[in-house]
Amino acid sequence: MTIDRKQAPEFRAIDNINLLRPAHQALDNGCNVFCFNSGDQELVRIEWIFANQRYNPEKPLLNVAVNTMLTEGTNNMTQAQISDKVDFYGAFLQVDYGYDNSLVTLYSLNKHLQHTLPVIKDILTDSIFPEKELATYIRNQQQKLQVSLQKNDFVARRAFNKALYGDTAYGLGADADTFKTLKRDDMLAHFKQMYQPSNCTIIISGKIEPQILELITDTFDKSWTNPDIKPDATQPEIKPSTEHFYFTEKPDALQSAIRMGLPVINRTHPDFPALQVLNTVLGGYFGSRLMANIREDKGYTYGIGSGMSSLKHAGAMFIATEVGADVCKAAIAEIEKEINLLKSDLIPEEELSLVRNYMLGSLLGSLENVFSHADKFKNLYFAGLDYDYYDRYVETVKTISAERLKELANVYLDFDGFYKVIVGKY
Amino acid sequence: MVKFNRFTLDNGLRVLVHEDHTTPMAVLNILYDVGARDENPEQTGFAHLFEHLMFGGSVNIPSYDEPLQRVGGENNAFTSNDITNYYITLPSSNIETAFWLESDRMLSLAFSEKSLEVQRNVVIEEFKQRYLNQPYGDVWLKLRPMVYKKHPYQWATIGKELKHIEDAKIEDVKAFFKKHYTPQNAIMVVGGDINLEQVKQLAEKWFGPIPPGEKYVRNLPQEPEQHDERRATVTAKVPLNDVYIAFQMGDRLDKTYYVAELLSDILSRGNSSRLYRSLVKEKQIFSEVHAYMTGSLDKGMFVFEGKPLENISIEMAEAAIWDELEKIKTINIPADELTKVQNKTESTMIFSEMSLLDKAMNLASFELLGDADLLNHETGKYLQVTAAQIKELANNLFRKDNSSTLIYLAEKV
Repeated sequence: MTIDRKQAPEFRAIDNINLLRPAHQALDNGCNVFCFNSGDQELVRIEWIFANQRYNPEKPLLNVAVNTMLTEGTNNMTQAQISDKVDFYGAFLQVDYGYDNSLVTLYSLNKHLQHTLPVIKDILTDSIFPEKELATYIRNQQQKLQVSLQKNDFVARRAFNKALYGDTAYGLGADADTFKTLKRDDMLAHFKQMYQPSNCTIIISGKIEPQILELITDTFDKSWTNPDIKPDATQPEIKPSTEHFYFTEKPDALQSAIRMGLPVINRTHPDFPALQVLNTVLGGYFGSRLMANIREDKGYTYGIGSGMSSLKHAGAMFIATEVGADVCKAAIAEIEKEINLLKSDLIPEEELSLVRNYMLGSLLGSLENVFSHADKFKNLYFAGLDYDYYDRYVETVKTISAERLKELANVYLDFDGFYKVIVGKY
Repeated sequence: MVKFNRFTLDNGLRVLVHEDHTTPMAVLNILYDVGARDENPEQTGFAHLFEHLMFGGSVNIPSYDEPLQRVGGENNAFTSNDITNYYITLPSSNIETAFWLESDRMLSLAFSEKSLEVQRNVVIEEFKQRYLNQPYGDVWLKLRPMVYKKHPYQWATIGKELKHIEDAKIEDVKAFFKKHYTPQNAIMVVGGDINLEQVKQLAEKWFGPIPPGEKYVRNLPQEPEQHDERRATVTAKVPLNDVYIAFQMGDRLDKTYYVAELLSDILSRGNSSRLYRSLVKEKQIFSEVHAYMTGSLDKGMFVFEGKPLENISIEMAEAAIWDELEKIKTINIPADELTKVQNKTESTMIFSEMSLLDKAMNLASFELLGDADLLNHETGKYLQVTAAQIKELANNLFRKDNSSTLIYLAEKV
């Protein structure tokens, strides 16, 4: 059999993408529970998600420190006992601080859930943030920060966020002294106000047999009550900096970190899916224009990309890379050139159709298992959107025209208005 | 349990098929049995540079990435000291595109000078970004040659020095391809929403006509047992001191491999582990401290790494690690502590079955070890390990004359 290897095989475009939707249950204490029941393995992932409390510039680390230290002890259990118990039953307990929400996540085999759930209940209702553990936390965070501050990309990211978001949780760049503002009493008060049922969303994904769900709702309903104080998830207004250029010189740098971009719309805006298409063309995949030009043609960098961040109170588009110190100016000139091209020239249909297929394949591929379906739901739910968002997203990716993308580039991508951060040599 | 079927083409290519119809996706994973250990000592970093060149166009297809993205696929690759692994995920209805692309670059590359020139630069920037322009980034470049005096594990996959990358010639690239990128030297795993007959037919069609090439016979210098304590100190512009202690350990097929994994889990897995609890929390010697093993196919390394707090001397920090090692060498491990790490291993294996790509890569790795079905017997092997075996292994490994200690000192400014 002879085959023509120059000829690509036939392929099919993706027409529809099926997202699992959750079953919803509202508990009497105000906590909302969402269930994604699917999968063959006898296991579940359970997430307890709490809206962060209002940012206090005098005590900027409360949200992150309280979340991170939830595993450090309760009235009943020490840090050692908590971790012993979780590990003994082969479970994984994670705490994750995000800009808008803080998470507690438990991965557990169903057969051990009766032993692992009470630990979560205990830390969510009775954490005490022992002084000794707090001192250790502060010291270790200060040490880690010293190392991070030697990394050019870390320094660039902080400077960029500070410029875009000012004195808010999004713009915070802690130094060693910031950690000294952490006081146990403040943490206890913050914990009580934030970690209450009315501020909590529970998302369960995995193989959820009825008795599993019952075990969870029993543990987190009647015996979990709201305190007198109401949560406060409002946030101070964001005031972007008037200065748009930041250069931190590192005389010995072999590479310079570059981060640039500007505030744009977030996921709630109708243009968001379209702007994601534009972002993908620019720097959102391996074959993107930035990669093709600055890595694959010029060899200035190991990697360059652009991205969009969608937060509750803000959105941004950014470009990030680390380039050879001697080609920093040249790389920036190429970035500018690529942005201007999007504004002056139509994206050829050949390229646009590739990006359409790539984005749909990527969405399909991101639905690897039941956990990923739950993650998609989180994107919607915490932005106040419904599943028709993904219908619009798929429709936009399939049909948006090159003309419309050029228009959008002219509306949103003003290179002169970019915030530009360089750490290294310039 | 990861079920699979297996067949071998006439040219020697081994193919494994794992059907998983819970996903609309498919994955095609190809493992080439070549890594940095197979490099010429004067041309290190070559296996990894070569991995980059595999994306620079093949004999019939000028661009690798473009047609794949066009059908909604994604790909990546990695190189280790032992293997080079390439994978594609794409909607299963477009699986033939993956066969087309992968078979063409196994058949022959385009060997373009431009691609070589650009990828040399990209890899040099990668070298800088990951190893030279990062605090502590060059640790492995210094530690490996202390532990390995003969075996090619003495260099990292990125290579010994930038010059080896800069000097790479197109003839070298061609020779490397001819020697290592043959059907007999590869293992392909196709998984996801596909079926065995379809894979057989596509494999025959696209990979069947590729000539088998010559069999590469590996004959590497073996690393002699260590009987001398090795030490080195470097000073660099880093904010904190750092201590590394590496011990030689058995190879991947050594009967103590599973014992060593659990030993490292007891010492360092999670917040209930000994090092974290004792040295970070109780004695407050380190801000962070870890133990892990490299898991390499030939003789491996069991490594300790920790950053002492600023008021702690290097001597105290080192002594504190050795105290913990003495404990595990002399005091019996409580049954609960062993059960704990065994339970954790068991659930990790079950959770890893949630990922199609992980399953495919695991099948390929175990097939390289001799039989992909070994994957399904892993948990049992961990459950058989006894506390006495762990203690015995700790005594065999954690000897001063089997140690290489690298002290990384912060330059005082």
